[in-house]
Amino acid sequence: MSSELEVPTTEYRLPTTLPTTDYGLRTTDYGDEPPDSPTLAEAARRWSSAYVHIPFCARRCPYCDFAVVASDEAGGLDTGRYVDGLIVEIGMEPDPSAVDAINFGGGTPTRLRPDDLARIVGAIESRIGIADGAEISIEANPEDWTIAFARDLREVGFNRVSFGVQSFDPVVLAALGRVHSSRDAERAFDAARRAGFTNVSIDLIYGTPEESDESWRRTVARAIALEPAHLSAYALTVEGGTALSRAVLDGAPGPDPDDQADRYEYLDDALRSAGFVRYEVSNWARPGYSCRYNLSTWMMGEFSAFGTGAHDHRGGVRARNIRRLDTYLDRIESGVRPRAGSECLGEFESERERFMVGLRLASGVAPGSIGGPFVTSDEGHRLLDAAVIDVRDGRVVVLKPLLTDLVARSVLSVSADDC
Amino acid sequence: MTAPSRIRNFSIIAHIDHGKSTLADRLLERTGAISERDMRDQVLDEMDLERERGITIKANAVRIDYDAVSGDRYQFNLIDTPGHVDFSYEVSRSLEACEGAVLVVDASQGVEAQTLANAYMAIEGGLEVIPVVNKIDLPAADPDRAAEELAGVLGGTADEVIRVSAKTGVGIDELLEAIVDRLPPPEGDEDAPLRALVFDSFYDTYRGVVSHVRIVDGSVSTRDQIRFMATGLDVDADELGIRRPATEEVDRLGTGEVGYLITGVKEIDLIRVGDTVTHTSKGTVHALPGYLEPKPMVFSGLFPTDGDDFERLREALDKLRLNDSSLVFQAETSRALGFGFRVGFLGLLHMEIVRERLEREYDLELVATAPSVAYKANLMSGEQVPVRSPQDLPDVSSLAAIEEPYVKVMIITPSEFIGTVMDLVQQRRGEMGEMTYLSPERAELHYRMPLAEIVFDFFDHLKTRTRGYASLDYEPDGYQASDLVRVNILLNGLPVDAFSTIVHRDKAYVYGKAMVGRLRELIPRQLFDVPIQAAIGTRIISRETIKARRKDVTAKCYGGDITRKRKLLERQKEGKRRMKMVGQVEVPQEAFVAALKLET
Repeated sequence: MSSELEVPTTEYRLPTTLPTTDYGLRTTDYGDEPPDSPTLAEAARRWSSAYVHIPFCARRCPYCDFAVVASDEAGGLDTGRYVDGLIVEIGMEPDPSAVDAINFGGGTPTRLRPDDLARIVGAIESRIGIADGAEISIEANPEDWTIAFARDLREVGFNRVSFGVQSFDPVVLAALGRVHSSRDAERAFDAARRAGFTNVSIDLIYGTPEESDESWRRTVARAIALEPAHLSAYALTVEGGTALSRAVLDGAPGPDPDDQADRYEYLDDALRSAGFVRYEVSNWARPGYSCRYNLSTWMMGEFSAFGTGAHDHRGGVRARNIRRLDTYLDRIESGVRPRAGSECLGEFESERERFMVGLRLASGVAPGSIGGPFVTSDEGHRLLDAAVIDVRDGRVVVLKPLLTDLVARSVLSVSADDC
Repeated sequence: MTAPSRIRNFSIIAHIDHGKSTLADRLLERTGAISERDMRDQVLDEMDLERERGITIKANAVRIDYDAVSGDRYQFNLIDTPGHVDFSYEVSRSLEACEGAVLVVDASQGVEAQTLANAYMAIEGGLEVIPVVNKIDLPAADPDRAAEELAGVLGGTADEVIRVSAKTGVGIDELLEAIVDRLPPPEGDEDAPLRALVFDSFYDTYRGVVSHVRIVDGSVSTRDQIRFMATGLDVDADELGIRRPATEEVDRLGTGEVGYLITGVKEIDLIRVGDTVTHTSKGTVHALPGYLEPKPMVFSGLFPTDGDDFERLREALDKLRLNDSSLVFQAETSRALGFGFRVGFLGLLHMEIVRERLEREYDLELVATAPSVAYKANLMSGEQVPVRSPQDLPDVSSLAAIEEPYVKVMIITPSEFIGTVMDLVQQRRGEMGEMTYLSPERAELHYRMPLAEIVFDFFDHLKTRTRGYASLDYEPDGYQASDLVRVNILLNGLPVDAFSTIVHRDKAYVYGKAMVGRLRELIPRQLFDVPIQAAIGTRIISRETIKARRKDVTAKCYGGDITRKRKLLERQKEGKRRMKMVGQVEVPQEAFVAALKLET
């Protein structure tokens, strides 16, 4: 059983049933639109996507609070049984309509073998359908990634990969509990390119207390030097219940918000000079390479989601799956969809949610019924006066993306009676 | 009705935590006034706040029948009193209705300043005092030393001191007999016209005003036409009764007895505590001496967090005043805080209790401004104006002098701490008076100090420096001119009246620096840089800047996380509700409270 958890090599059996469609390299039908274009964002509202959660990790990173099972934690991990469960769950999807994007997240999806990944993609295709030119993306850890693995994924149909690089500074990588080296990241990136992935993204984490301005500058320079198509950068956040939060409670230094703001601003400038466009708070892309799956979910597009702790959004209902792996499998295997709960938003609530989430996009958000009352409220005026928000081409735009939550809380002051 | 010779009216005087309420509980239980089944702790303390804080706020009177060893039955009226210095006027009122007092001292703590102050009040009022050492069962108890101290203070001998444990019941029988033997019966004239003292009154939603009365001369029966002499109000005595502690109606209250009186009057202002009740016809013309109205010592602005709650706050204060005539208030407008009230309190505990009751019983969210004592401003014109809020202080150019209230302070402390107590008092502008040793281990120190220096955190500091052993009492001692200035606090360039204060010039800089530093910690970062300044007039004495908020966003937002994300934002939004907009700046409630707790 444990052999399935080892780093994939070229020795595994190739998938027997590959998806029949050639998805090609096309990432978007809106290739001419810049990543922060309102036209592109509004188009994404009509996209549909699927998320597949793979909870397995070699070990749990100290800052992570996702639904994850580390192989050093108790309980035997049976990835094959989990993939079987996922396929059963995909078969339960009630109202299939072909998806424009699929994202494999985790956890560490690259803990699975390509044939298992192929089975999952095949199941989605046969049950739900995959549109022509759909984006099929996977999150990958550099240490799992080989050229052979990359080629197999290409064959399965994957056309986008996002590497959890986090940093190029060994001190920061150690602090984040990451096992790969900066060289591993560069090798993995190169392997992806050689296997034919053009749409490659890099994930970075900034503001780790161990990081310095200088180390961040080097990380940014090395990331840009790889010429990725896309880059995501997340501020290190102390989530409750993690090893990091326990350490901070015990007096270890936590991330400093001003340092994080400095790092963010530095990165944004550097990426702009390198030809990237910021299209969401934490995401930058070269033209034509915005992440379809992300854009669609931020624009309240419909998405299905499979696996432990996964959340979906279909027909105005948000539902979430059970987080515990064993409970999830027990439910699935007894023929029941492993739901932990759901929420059906009313007209006003879903409009407010659309507006609040849309604020994260650089394209701004269409005012709808809530934008007017918001910008004319006292709080709206204060935000306009302080140049935190603006109204541009009929859309509400957050000018200081690092204050997006502050703006979103102000939106919560608008009541249904105001609209 | 009981013959006056068989009546004993008394109070129990004790420091907080020395066991007054427990002793009262035990007396009720031993005399069968209350069955063991109905027994609960602090039987006489009815308010939730009294039980929670373990203190007595309102006076209370209960009748006990006691069968003495001699075989005679006696009527005891136990008048319960508050123990905190803020409520000492309530104690003085209660003592007026008594012939005796049981003075309780904790065997491990010894005599405390307040106990002593109240004991002196009793002796000056001509009351017989029975000294009692309580908690003799405690391992740390030193009954002999406590008895020596008590005897020394009261001028008797240690063997007159009764040793009890209210907890175990030891010594209670001896105390009951001493009440019969040592306390004098009431002295009134049964045949004279009615004179009854109203020593407390409270408002009951259903019954109207209920008054506690002590019949001094004559007697009163239900349906008698009676007159409240101070207000000239003529009404019928609808109901008379006593508490055992359960309420029991009686037809008549005779000379020396204590009970309650209900007249159907709804306006508490018509029945004043300290007034004399007599009959409308053939009544007396000689009213009893009555009481001085308690004077508020501390003033603070109370403002509703939500400006729409102003009227509700007014109604709530009106209702509280029905049972607390010491509460005074008038409407006040603050540039920073909007409409509210300037409220006068007897002390900080009183202030805390009123505020807590307003928030708890009337569901109000309040901002309280820095408390202030009542100053007097002497103008160049020779006029004198009261200053109850720093805002009332006239312009410096028209000021001749500012006077502040002084108090006489008594501190009792173990001798080893005398040095540190003197040091503290000196920092607080105290002038040393007499010092006497109660015993080689304990000393009684007298000072004269500005009230403003002790009213806020002096007691906390005193306790800290003496590891909790020192005790404090004080009484007003007139006004005196001092070199006082108003320190204004400016937030984003605008003076915030809620933070400004009047202090001695020597302390203005330290105060300003501390206040500015504290506010910088407590006020969250805003959309722009916010300067905080302390100023005397136009001169800035301290300055800090709250840097603009730069990051307020969750880095990652998955499609799936949206529900959780929204809930988090909603929770954070709720927290923001407890903010008050001051100009363009959001200020949390704690910042206003901080002014109370400033370490300078």
